[in-house]
Formats: sequence, structure tokens, C-alpha cells
Amino acid sequence: MRGIKTIIKKELADHFASYRFTIIFALIAMISLITAYMVGLNIRNELEGVAKPQFIFLMLFTSSGALFSLVQFVAFFGPLVGLILGFDTINRERSEGTLSKLLSQPIYRDVVINGKFLAGVVLITVMMVSIVLVITGLGLIVLGIIPGLEEIWRIVIYLVISIIYISFWLGVAILFSILFRSTATSALAALAVWIFFSFFVSLGANILADALAAEPADTSMESAMRRANIVRAFILTSPMELYTDATTTIIDPTRKSARSAITMGAGPLENLSMARFAGPLPLLQSILIVLPYIISLIALTVVCFAISYTVFMRQEIRSL
Amino acid sequence: MSTEAVIETQELTKIYNGQAAVENLSFSVNAGEIFGFLGPNGAGKTTTLLMLLGLTEPTSGSAKVLGMDPAREPIKVKSVIGYMQENMGFYGDLNARQMLQFIAELNDITADAAEERITAALQAVGLAEEQNKKITAYSRGMRQRLGIAELLIKDSKVAFLDEPTLGLDPDGTNRMIELIQGLCRDKKMTILLSSHMLHQVQKICHRIGIMIRGRMVAQGDMDHLAEEKFGVGKEQYTLEELYMKYFQEA
Repeated sequence: MRGIKTIIKKELADHFASYRFTIIFALIAMISLITAYMVGLNIRNELEGVAKPQFIFLMLFTSSGALFSLVQFVAFFGPLVGLILGFDTINRERSEGTLSKLLSQPIYRDVVINGKFLAGVVLITVMMVSIVLVITGLGLIVLGIIPGLEEIWRIVIYLVISIIYISFWLGVAILFSILFRSTATSALAALAVWIFFSFFVSLGANILADALAAEPADTSMESAMRRANIVRAFILTSPMELYTDATTTIIDPTRKSARSAITMGAGPLENLSMARFAGPLPLLQSILIVLPYIISLIALTVVCFAISYTVFMRQEIRSL
Repeated sequence: MSTEAVIETQELTKIYNGQAAVENLSFSVNAGEIFGFLGPNGAGKTTTLLMLLGLTEPTSGSAKVLGMDPAREPIKVKSVIGYMQENMGFYGDLNARQMLQFIAELNDITADAAEERITAALQAVGLAEEQNKKITAYSRGMRQRLGIAELLIKDSKVAFLDEPTLGLDPDGTNRMIELIQGLCRDKKMTILLSSHMLHQVQKICHRIGIMIRGRMVAQGDMDHLAEEKFGVGKEQYTLEELYMKYFQEA
């Protein structure tokens, strides 16, 4: 594709020089570091004098430190990174008059979107890889344990899913930057979608399930199952849920299900063991489980792009 | 001057939301000439330019630029046309040289050739000394001259200049006029110049077209138009009087 390299190069240069990127990166790096360090110390204390369970290294990513685990953190704030990187992609160029300059050069319109998206993906990759490397390094120091080959593979797959996930949100942001002329509006719209999927979908799922499935008096097994299925089907429309389910299976191989009951009053390790299989799921099985989730995420991104293309191709350049 | 038509439109029409921005526009621009494209604001001049560039699709009618249809071969057309838009959009964070390098890369000009051309072009438009300043710090006149430098980098055969002298001081206007004449004389560019500065247009344009409310109400050289309206030669009337006459009649 003609010109795409040039656009990627320029976008990357812009991003790396921008305060916006520096601030997000610093913020995320800081939070990850602190969380990883606290989690590392916790694990070390808990495991003192106990035989070491399998995949202890992955626990760095999955057990929560003060507030949340790193996996939860990325699931929740990763979208924000994508949105912040992309919400003004096209409409800023439009308002500065550079869009018609760009489009009057001999390049296709979709090259502009593709180039900007790919530059964003490169950026996200750099960000995620460096954060995971930093955490891994810190884990090595704090825990004094070297990750096994399977653990490394799992971390790599986790990275790939995370990059796809954040890129999806970048795609959403780019779509909004095409739909809305004002950067403030597109930022708000993107934020609204993010909040909707992070808070309201799970809330709405329960309300919907109540409305569809249950007579409150019916406490039979079937009714409970039906209700649970409705909740699940609805929740899976949320990319955030897709991502969480996919990554937890990959990075937490002994996990039984996405939503395990928490027993009150038990110690942390007992709590841990009740929600888990005795033997971990093999890597291949884990991959088989998460593959549909990954494909759904990619499909969502593609849908986003399809809409972006159609809208952008039809937009008149005239109305600046 | 050869009379081969470089730009040719036939019954070109563009309708926005039920309103015709350009209506049955037929005109032609010959190779190597400067064609003055006149008309009040909102007459459809920019829309016409965008259709010729392939950035906007005509509702009906056809256009040809160097024998190519902009609606079908937009990439080829855009690689031969240099477009200087009304509000020069440049990336403010870049300096002049970086901006021109970016343009050169998008036009598939090799890095070595680009370096040479950029140095020469910056020299030609008088920006060589300020080439390392960020474009945000440029005055309006400097931005317009950078626009001309861009045309030189692209080495375009056809140039569309949309209000190149808008908002320039008298000295800047004169410099711009000289640069435009230079493009035509030295680079043999065919220039479609849209402007409200009738005095300058009269000085440099070989032929003019007057567009009012989406229609081309007159086209030809000054003598021809003056004769048509007043029955006298160019000396007695300025383009301004001529233009006002057309405008009032329309």
C-alpha cells in the first residue's frame, strides 16, 4: 500500500514526541511496577515454608495486590490507553486542515486510517511488552524464581491477547474520530462506550436475566441454570468480558471457572485452592478454550474498521 | 502556447443536500496557461477543484485532467496535480524541511532526489533561512510560500491555487504573484488560480472564467469578455468593472 510506511513513520514520531504518550506510559508503568512489587512481596510471604505450587510466576499477574491484579488492571484501563491514543486521529487533522492536504497526495483514503491504526498498534505493543518485561524482571528479583518455558509461553499469549484487546479500543476511538467533527465530542463518546461496557453491561445482564428467566419463587436447578446462561450470553457482548475470560484462562491455568464462589472466613491459600483444579489445564487446552474469545475480539475490531472505512470513504472533504 | 486542453469538464454537476453547488459546468484550461477562476464566495469554485482532484465525486457530468478521469483514477490524477488549498494545512510540529520530506515520501520521490529538490525549492521561495523553524511559527506569507515549495517538490504539471494571496500584505502578495508567474514560465505548469484579487488576476491570467452560483457565466480572455459586455477593448475597462457587471446581471 502506497504511502502507508510514510504515514506510520510520521504517526510514530508524533506519538513518541507527544506529552500524551509520555504521561500515559509513565502512569501505567508506575502502577504496574507498584502492583507487581506488592504482589511479589505478598506471594513471598504467603509461600514461606509451604511447598511451592506450580506456575507461581504467573501469580505475579493474577493475584491482587492492594486493589487489583495486573490482569484486572489492563482489562479495565487498557481500553483507556487505546481511546486516548485514537480519539482525535481524524478529526484533529480535519480541524487543522491537514486532512485535505494529506488526501490530495497520491494515496488512497484507507491508507490514512490503516497507517494511523498500525502506528497505534506498534505503540501499544511497545507499551505492553515493556511493562510485562519490567514485571517479569521485578518478579525474578522479588520471588527469586525463574519462569518455566510454559509460563513464558502463557505470558506471550497473554501479551498478544492484550494487544488485540487494546487495539480494538483504538479502532473504536478512530471510528469516533471519523464520526464526530469535534475532538471533545469523540473523546466523550468513546468514554461513554467504555463506561457502558465496564459497568453497565454486567448490571444490565442481571436485570435482563431477571426479566427473562426467573419467577422469583422458582429456586430449581434448571431455572438457576437458565438464568446463568442468559447472563453469560449477554455479558459476552462486552469486549471487556471477552478479554477477562480469555486472559484468566491463559494466565491462570488452575482456575476452575470465570466466576467461582468465594468462601468466607477461609485463609488466602484455602481460598485459592477451592477455586482451582488440583492439576493445571495444559497449555494447548487453555489455548483451545480462549481461541473463540480471541476470534470474537478480532471480529469486533474488524466490524469497527468496516464502519470506519464506509463512513470515511463517503465523507465529503469539502465540509471542513 | 499550445492549445491542447489540460483540464476539461463537461456538464459537471455536484449536488449537496438537494442544492446544486456546481451546475452543468463546462470549461477548459489549455496547457501552460494561467486560468483565473473568479466568483463570489460560495460560488462552487472549491467544489469544482475538489471534483477535478478526485476528492469529491461529481453527481453527473465528467471531467478530464491530462486525459484522465479524476473519479476513476484519483491516484494518478493526484500525482500530477499540486493543490494549494485555501487554508494551508501544515503539520505545525514539523519544520519546513520535514514537511516537504513527508510530502516527497508520499509522492514516492527517492530520498536523494528529494533532498536536492527540497533545497532548491526552499531557496526558490525564500524560506532557506527559516527551514529549521517549526511551521507553527510561520507567518501567513511564509506558509503560502511553503505551499508553492510543495508544488515544486511534487513537480506537478498542473497546479490548483485556491486563494493563494488571501490575507497577505502587499509585499507578500507581489512575491506570491511573481512566484506563480515563475511556475508558469519556468516550470511550464498549467495553473488554475482562484482569487478575489481582480487586479492581480488581470495582470497575470491569460484567460478567466467567472462562476456565479454554480454556473460559469463567462469564460475567455479579457479582451473577449470586455468586448462582449461593453463592446470596447481591455484598455478602457478593468477586470473589476467587468466582474461587477457580470455579478449584477446574474
